[in-house]
Amino acid sequence: MATRRTGLCGYQRYGRNSRVGALMTVHNLYIFDRNGSCLHYGEWNRKKQAGISKEEEFKLMYGMLFSIRSFCSKMSPLDMKDGFLTFQTSKYKLHYYETATGIKIIMNTDLGVPNAKDILHQIYSTLYVEYIVKNPLCVLGEQLSSDLFSTRLDLYIRALPFFSPRAA
Amino acid sequence: MSRQSNRTTDSKKMNAELFTLTYGALVTQLCKDYENDEEVNKQLDKMGYNIGVRLIEDFLARSSVGRRQDFRETADVIAKVAFKMYLGITPSVTNWSPAGDEFSLILESNPLVDFVELPDNHSSLVYSNLLCGVLRGALEMVQMAVDVKFSQDTLRGDNVTEIRMKFIKRMEENLPAGDE
Repeated sequence: MATRRTGLCGYQRYGRNSRVGALMTVHNLYIFDRNGSCLHYGEWNRKKQAGISKEEEFKLMYGMLFSIRSFCSKMSPLDMKDGFLTFQTSKYKLHYYETATGIKIIMNTDLGVPNAKDILHQIYSTLYVEYIVKNPLCVLGEQLSSDLFSTRLDLYIRALPFFSPRAA
Repeated sequence: MSRQSNRTTDSKKMNAELFTLTYGALVTQLCKDYENDEEVNKQLDKMGYNIGVRLIEDFLARSSVGRRQDFRETADVIAKVAFKMYLGITPSVTNWSPAGDEFSLILESNPLVDFVELPDNHSSLVYSNLLCGVLRGALEMVQMAVDVKFSQDTLRGDNVTEIRMKFIKRMEENLPAGDE
């Protein structure tokens, strides 16, 4: 009985949160391979564009991530397990996930979104591996052209609890 | 997403004989196509490599294995997790070189050779050479260059099947050329 009540409480609290945070949302998502080429870019709610070409933006993004990674590993006073995970500014939060094979998934959200590591791992394991790696017609290391992957990713992102349809 | 989790459990239960027989058909066809055993070995290794570079992604997605720094840890993961997951066997890790850059995987049984007898005229054929390619390709994707080869094979009269793995170097990640 007690547990049931806690569960309900949690649910209500969550419901209120999502109403208050009408801005809770996913902005965009990048997937890079180990060589720095952008395999996929998806955009959902981005009010301000970079003002440079997408190719330049991808390079800029990858360069920054590359530097942050080496910065973090050099500055860390202790041995790190996961390395760089996330940073945030006054307006958005960048979530970073990297596999041992060097696939990098980057998701920008607003500040209210908690650690998205599991979600990014899910995107890797249930979408990238299933629809790209297991599709022999998808050449690895090139920009992804699989419609199936793009559609599934879009559905997955839209179904996330913090993807607010009102903000989109 | 429930479909996905079902699929993973199904594939674990997949009949190993189908795999073994398919592999046998592949080797038979290669022997017909090339006539030269060395060339067949090379093709098997190449195919294995192409499988390995994709298989590693599946492996990382399914297991919770993170980045490995150490060659010894890598050996353990290969033997205890990867071989178990994909072939249902757990080879033992032995014969470490003093420098720790070489080891052997001893396979008590090799599922690939379940129904195989090598005819005399194929004495230099390394029947399971695909495995070498798989290991090499998979490890290359996690920044490890390794040399993999069969040093003993029950098919050729040895008591055990032994895969010798030699660590060559760690591959560095670089910024793509043309970046500032």
